[in-house]
Amino acid sequence: MKQLRYFATVLILMALHTSAQAAGAGPALQTANTDVSNRAALQEGAKLFVNYCMGCHSANYLRFQRVGQDLGMTDDEVAQYLMYTTEKIGEGMTIAMDRNDSKRWFGVTPPDLSVIARARGVDWLYTYMLSFYTDPARPWGVNNLVFKDVGMPHALWELQGEQQLVHKSVTDDKGNIHEVAELELVGKDQMSPADHQQKVAKYEQAVLNLVTFLEYMGEPAKLERQRLGPWVLLFLFIFLIVAYLLKKEYWRDVH
Amino acid sequence: MNKLLTVSLEWMDARFPVSKWWNEHLAEYMAPKNFNFWYYFGSLAILMLVLQIVTGIFLAANYKPDATQAFTSVEYIMRDVEYGWLIRYLHAIGASFFFIAVYLHMFRALLYGSYRKPRELLWIIGMFIYLALMAESFLGYLLPWGQMSYWGAQVIISLFSAIPYIGEDLAVWVRGDYVVSDVTLNRFFAYHVVSMPLILAGLVFVHIIALHHVGSNNPDGIEIKKQAKNAKGWPLDGIPFHPYYTVKDIVGVAVFLIIFLGIVFYMPEMGGYFLEKNNFFPADPMTTPQHIEPLWYFTPFYAILRAVPDKLLGVVAMGLSIVVLFFLPWLDRSPVKSIRYKGIIFKFALFLFVVSFIGLGYLGMQAPTPTYTLLSQILSLIYFAFFLLMPFYSVWDKTKPVPERLTD
Repeated sequence: MKQLRYFATVLILMALHTSAQAAGAGPALQTANTDVSNRAALQEGAKLFVNYCMGCHSANYLRFQRVGQDLGMTDDEVAQYLMYTTEKIGEGMTIAMDRNDSKRWFGVTPPDLSVIARARGVDWLYTYMLSFYTDPARPWGVNNLVFKDVGMPHALWELQGEQQLVHKSVTDDKGNIHEVAELELVGKDQMSPADHQQKVAKYEQAVLNLVTFLEYMGEPAKLERQRLGPWVLLFLFIFLIVAYLLKKEYWRDVH
Repeated sequence: MNKLLTVSLEWMDARFPVSKWWNEHLAEYMAPKNFNFWYYFGSLAILMLVLQIVTGIFLAANYKPDATQAFTSVEYIMRDVEYGWLIRYLHAIGASFFFIAVYLHMFRALLYGSYRKPRELLWIIGMFIYLALMAESFLGYLLPWGQMSYWGAQVIISLFSAIPYIGEDLAVWVRGDYVVSDVTLNRFFAYHVVSMPLILAGLVFVHIIALHHVGSNNPDGIEIKKQAKNAKGWPLDGIPFHPYYTVKDIVGVAVFLIIFLGIVFYMPEMGGYFLEKNNFFPADPMTTPQHIEPLWYFTPFYAILRAVPDKLLGVVAMGLSIVVLFFLPWLDRSPVKSIRYKGIIFKFALFLFVVSFIGLGYLGMQAPTPTYTLLSQILSLIYFAFFLLMPFYSVWDKTKPVPERLTD
């Protein structure tokens, strides 16, 4: 009984801790629901990464060849669709931008993104890419709700369009009025609701694909461990049964 | 074939005590027959020690203890080394499971009074193993050279500087530099892969020798060595460790591995408890993270450290919270060993202790707020009260008579 109580306390505390963390850090994050086994999403994401991110961000720890193998692309396809400046298929996804130059231009060297999904979490990245808005006070004309005064321009603006920050008054159940800040597309009023919805959904899908690729990039072994895991556990369960029967046989004469 | 084996064994035995050792420590080592769930964790801790050493060798073969390459070499292991990701996860998550096994092993001792006479020295050797293990994991945590590695080491080493007069010099001596740097990383690697494993292996060896000298305790806290012998020369409630407990421990190993490998394969980060998110940012001496916390197995002591407003006194309190455990054999003055025959006061005290330890572990992970600090102070008091008041309440406690024979 005491043992059970002990473990229950641990579980409750762990649950409390997780929810406290979620509530603590800045604006609520949207859930990305990535699926790294989705090859189509990974390929789309890889294309976006190479086209829109790799101007400034490297992914030094990931090799082009590995991307091809894991995403189901031949070396030729990788060379044609993903490698623009790199010569050899075995090389990492490096960039030519000089660290000191970029620091002068952006105020901070754009970080290598190899393990960014493990550091920030996919939900953070997903929300971040949806949260740029126009802010004339910033050098690149944009700011971000999740990362205040970020040094990065909105690299995907041509896919999303411009967003603006609008302040709305919302009345809750008790009749209290709250000011809330929301983001909406500039020129939303000139679009039909259907067009607007489609444009938003298309961008969200693109970001989801990109974030899925970033997640894969953070841990390419994830695909492999999920393939290997069931077999290891299956072996252990069979081993457990054999071990248990052996124990039972030996212990027959005790007591 | 059989004859060949017999001759070989005789040849060996004439030159080295193979059969003697086998019998003394396995085939004729008498263990009480009523070991329960809690008794798996000693052998599991040994399993984890072996696993850490074996995976550690492979990691050391590919890792670079150099501030400019350490983070990269870990990612190289995760991506380019054959099964490097598996070896690295087994090692990193294995550290947490080593502590799980050790904590449950120690809790078993609390439950059944395994530290009481004649096992005081056994307990003290075990405490030294625990200290060495804490040092080992702290040293190893710097090696991935992520933000938490760096700043965790920075915070913990700076604790030395709280010591009056020699503190600052001592901290510099430990680091080898004025801040945590390449020098620190290089020497921590040396301690982590050479000094501490040698010390740990030595202590574990001594721990087992001491155990086999005094004999194992059991859930009833009865000395089976004092019992009469049966026809085979075994104590009435004793059975040979091999084959009985070897086959039983294998079952424990299977269950433990299912849980351990389930986490390795399906949730290696364990929501940030086993692999911290912040440690995937490379170490950056110019950027202090907003919130620095150690891994879960240190957080109870970290919470005690932060509960005391004064830095020096905080370090002293944290030190005492571990030192006090060494004195446990003499703090407990109950006439019985096992919780089965102890009274309600001890049971309640132990329950409060568990609450305080887990509570402190939780609070050590949180950013401090006035409420949390107050809570940490209350729980720290409970933690110390459990030990320091034990000489009194263990005597006042109404115990039950201990039977002659094991009860199950």
